[in-house]
Amino acid sequence: MDEHESNTEPDAPNAFEVTRRTVIETGTAALLLTTLPHAVFAASPVDDNEPPPPPVKVELQINGHSHSLTLDPRTTLLDALREHLALTGSKKGCDHGQCGACTVLIEGRRINSCLTLAVIHDGQSVTTIEGLATGDNLHPMQTAFVEHDGFQCGYCTSGQICSAIGMLAESRQGMPSYVTGDLTQPAAELTDVEIRERMSGNICRCAAYPNIVAAIKQAAGMPT
Amino acid sequence: MRAFTYQRAGSAADAAAAAVKPGAKIIAGGTNLLDLMKLQVETPSYLVDINRLPLDKIEDTADGGLRIGALVRNSDLAADPRVRQRYGVLGRALLAGASAQLRNKATTGGNLLQRTRCYYFYDVTKPCNKRNPGSGCAALAGFNRIHAILGTSEHCIATHPSDMAVAMRALDANVETVNRDGETKTIPIAEFHRLPGNTPEIETSLKPGEIITAVTLPSPPPGVQVYRKVRDRASYAFALVSVAAIVDSTRGRIRSARLAFGGLAHKPWRVAQAEQGLVNASADTATFNTAANAVLEGARGFGGNDFKIPLTRRTLHSMLAEITRT
Repeated sequence: MDEHESNTEPDAPNAFEVTRRTVIETGTAALLLTTLPHAVFAASPVDDNEPPPPPVKVELQINGHSHSLTLDPRTTLLDALREHLALTGSKKGCDHGQCGACTVLIEGRRINSCLTLAVIHDGQSVTTIEGLATGDNLHPMQTAFVEHDGFQCGYCTSGQICSAIGMLAESRQGMPSYVTGDLTQPAAELTDVEIRERMSGNICRCAAYPNIVAAIKQAAGMPT
Repeated sequence: MRAFTYQRAGSAADAAAAAVKPGAKIIAGGTNLLDLMKLQVETPSYLVDINRLPLDKIEDTADGGLRIGALVRNSDLAADPRVRQRYGVLGRALLAGASAQLRNKATTGGNLLQRTRCYYFYDVTKPCNKRNPGSGCAALAGFNRIHAILGTSEHCIATHPSDMAVAMRALDANVETVNRDGETKTIPIAEFHRLPGNTPEIETSLKPGEIITAVTLPSPPPGVQVYRKVRDRASYAFALVSVAAIVDSTRGRIRSARLAFGGLAHKPWRVAQAEQGLVNASADTATFNTAANAVLEGARGFGGNDFKIPLTRRTLHSMLAEITRT
């Protein structure tokens, strides 16, 4: 168990360190400045014009390690992972639960980490893309994505992989989907149509969908 | 997101007591509320987390129905063997909604309380009587392809976005609530959601501080249960028109039918006259047309959504023909 230091200044920037992320974020901010009306800024995640609310203490088991955090209660689980724990594998795509890039597993179930607050998950276990490999051995789903070229730009990939792992667990538990023919039967065969429907919460703008389906089938032990 | 104070509720009555504070909001799955808070459409100053309350059970009731706890997640409800065996229309409707990730989070109570997806409700720079009472309705003369054709008012033409609620309307579900004094109440789902009228900001019959604890389903009525959703994408999109149908028929003759519609109004839409006209009726085009006429009585388009009138008619016709074919 490695205890991380409590972060009492959740929004403090990291001095002057320039990383690939800060460059990308600066670039994104510049782009937003040129394309979006003023009102969008009023809707930014944290409004700097008001005093911060009382902080909350949150304990999370992330990828098998215990983390104690002191957070602004507004902090989404995604922002807790990315901004407070430097686990930047989970991506912020739309930040509104529409793209699936932020998908993580809570107690083994897939959710959109952008649409929940970290404090709601106090005491629960979170698995992110960083927690899937064992040492240098990739998770079978990661291996399958590499072997089947299940991505191009890679931005949606960590969400796709976490979602696919959650999806296979749901399928093994016999959970139905919208395209399941007979709901009264305990389990639906995991056809291509089933996989596509069950993965519809993960958008890939590079449209690597055929290869993602093939990768999932391999990881599920099905002929591809 | 605006600042709020976070509190975890110890009991449903506690949550109800906390919820009467000015600016308080209950949070469960949060998939709709946090989305709206990020946009500052919702700006609670006090957030009451009810996720730890023991409201996550699905139980058999004495009359052969089901009692679904308010915190049962949409995915768990859809996967429940009793729902799959006896309430197929509800299972299908749940699975037609959102994505798997969202269904793993979204709750039964929260699904009923979700807000409209009207673009102008979401856009804080535009007038919206629901978000900002008295400011006007930008959808009336705006881009209104997804908007209501039934039960509208000059103040609001938003639709209720839920699939689950449409199936529950067909099943005559009841919504159980508790208030801060611990008093419980049962609200028939027909009376739970409201039409916009001149107060579109008031969407349900819940009183301040009244919390949903469960939804009960009576024993299933006889007949085939079907949910059909017509939408712009095959998956992960809101309904343009959806129909929850429970039809009991044999050899081309309809004994009874229940029809609830989504995507058409500010609440799941059901017309008793349409269903009465189907009792002991021959399953033919004339009968289906009569039913569609009754459902669409008073329907009115606003330009972009005019297509919903014939689309509803055709969807209903197609469903009834398919169900009564055998």
